[in-house]
Amino acid sequence: MSDFRAMLASPYFNVSEGFFPNINLQDGLNWAEEFIQNVVIPRLPEAVAAHFPVELGTVLVMFGCAGIFVGVFPLLPLFLVLAERKVAARFQNRTGPMRVGPWGTLQTLADGVKLIFKEDFIPPQGDKFLFLLAPYIIFACSFAVFAAIPFGQNILVSDFNIGIFYIMAISSVIVMGVIMAGWSSNSKWSLLGSLRSAAQIVSYEIPLGLSILTIVMLVESLSMQEIVATQSNGIFSWLIFRSPFTFIAFFIFFISAIAEVNRTPFDLPEAESEIVAGFHTEYSGMRFALFFIAEYANMFAVSAIAVTLFLGGWEGVLPGYDILGGLPGFVIKTLALVFLMMWLRWTLPRLRVDQLMNLCWKYFIPIAFFNILGTGIWGLIFPEDTLISTSISCAIIYIGLIAAYKVAGRSLAQRPAPQPS
Amino acid sequence: MEITLTNLIFYGFALLTVASALVVVTVRNIVHAAFSLMVTLFGVAGLYVFLQADFLAATQVIVYVGGILVLILFGVMMTSGRLEMRIHIERGQLLLGGVITLALLMLLLTVIANTPIWKNLTDDGTALPPTTERIGELILNGPFLLPFEVVSVLLLVALIGAALISRKEVRD
Repeated sequence: MSDFRAMLASPYFNVSEGFFPNINLQDGLNWAEEFIQNVVIPRLPEAVAAHFPVELGTVLVMFGCAGIFVGVFPLLPLFLVLAERKVAARFQNRTGPMRVGPWGTLQTLADGVKLIFKEDFIPPQGDKFLFLLAPYIIFACSFAVFAAIPFGQNILVSDFNIGIFYIMAISSVIVMGVIMAGWSSNSKWSLLGSLRSAAQIVSYEIPLGLSILTIVMLVESLSMQEIVATQSNGIFSWLIFRSPFTFIAFFIFFISAIAEVNRTPFDLPEAESEIVAGFHTEYSGMRFALFFIAEYANMFAVSAIAVTLFLGGWEGVLPGYDILGGLPGFVIKTLALVFLMMWLRWTLPRLRVDQLMNLCWKYFIPIAFFNILGTGIWGLIFPEDTLISTSISCAIIYIGLIAAYKVAGRSLAQRPAPQPS
Repeated sequence: MEITLTNLIFYGFALLTVASALVVVTVRNIVHAAFSLMVTLFGVAGLYVFLQADFLAATQVIVYVGGILVLILFGVMMTSGRLEMRIHIERGQLLLGGVITLALLMLLLTVIANTPIWKNLTDDGTALPPTTERIGELILNGPFLLPFEVVSVLLLVALIGAALISRKEVRD
């Protein structure tokens, strides 16, 4: 027992050494501590400075940063919701919101104000405690994912050495929030939606994880910054072009990610024509807005992860051109993927449940396993990323794309044209 | 004992784990018990982080919260008509349960007391290298290769069995 106590009292458990030294939180902590030591303390009167609790100050600085983070990030969905409506309008030959502000740019702000002032209705037959808790779980987990995403060379919360694994773990908790919301609403639509969502997320997590594995095999690290660091030599060193298998893995990852965030064509959990709005049918006002914000934050997060893993992260198209630490390039790439998601949403019809499950279990998972095998063999043949391996990989991708185009074109041409009804 | 923030967080996690575990076994509503189990498993993951087992912590969350607990909830929601559990407990069961619990407690206390050094914590405050690489080496290139392969074959058999049982042609 005494060793147990010694462990707790050891200097190891000291904030100045980092909370979780093994997860490399030190960098962030040192930054906060240096801020206290170098900026705050010299400005205080000497009597106060001598007794200033550095540890407490460090924590307060960290909380402040977290506050800024939480304050700024909901603005992102604000922008994305407007973008989604504008994109949808363009696809349907409309103009979208035009009244509030110039070109309707303040429409989401007005909607937000409306949502805040709406009645906060709680179903009397439901489970009140879980009903109130569920949006916070989803919201917190969606935003906890951002802690491990590097937005630029030094613009990141923390470089965990288990980065991508942490992201997968945290985002797998979201499904608990969804089930909680669906069950506590005590409504058929909500329960159906949440069970659909849970089945879908649990299924699509497998191809998602397997395609992340191909990247981890090549990089030999789970850390997001190291994954980015291997892609620092311009566009052809991006992991998507590293081998033909990572090229396939990118598409499996991206499509599975769309399924994970419940967006059309995989939006069965909230299919309006079948189950009203799925798991958040009973929510109103600000609680509904929390779900909405979390959904758009998720969309941005999975795009950011796809960019980090496959499209070079914050590294530029040309080696050595990282403007402002790579932040603008990263945001542009991520928003391009977000736009792709919106494009798919307003183009494709919704899948049926059996199609959804077939796609996952009969196509994606076997292909993902094949990818892992192929990546292993590729890693044995080309242990280093050289010019030759990149050229061979790009050539195979090019030939494969042309072959796929020809085959797809032929099968589409043989299909009888749909008759107008 | 020095009160540091780390200590407070550690005890916070410990309290979270124990309190939610108590809720799991005492609450009558079975869905509440399941959600409380989520908090327990999360708290245990937090304690793993304090033991410098980062990979294990993430695995705990991804496997138990994201996988097994979802299955438990599926089972509860799909099967039970009424959620209030009124389990009748005989006195003999209570006695037997108490004995087993005490035995387990003694066993765990012995293990805690007899562990010479908590090897994953070093006294000079330096962090150990990340565990992911060592786990990978041990499983795929070391003494645990055979158990790992045996377990994976076992899981594959279970998977095929589940697929077979749920097929319509076999069931009818």
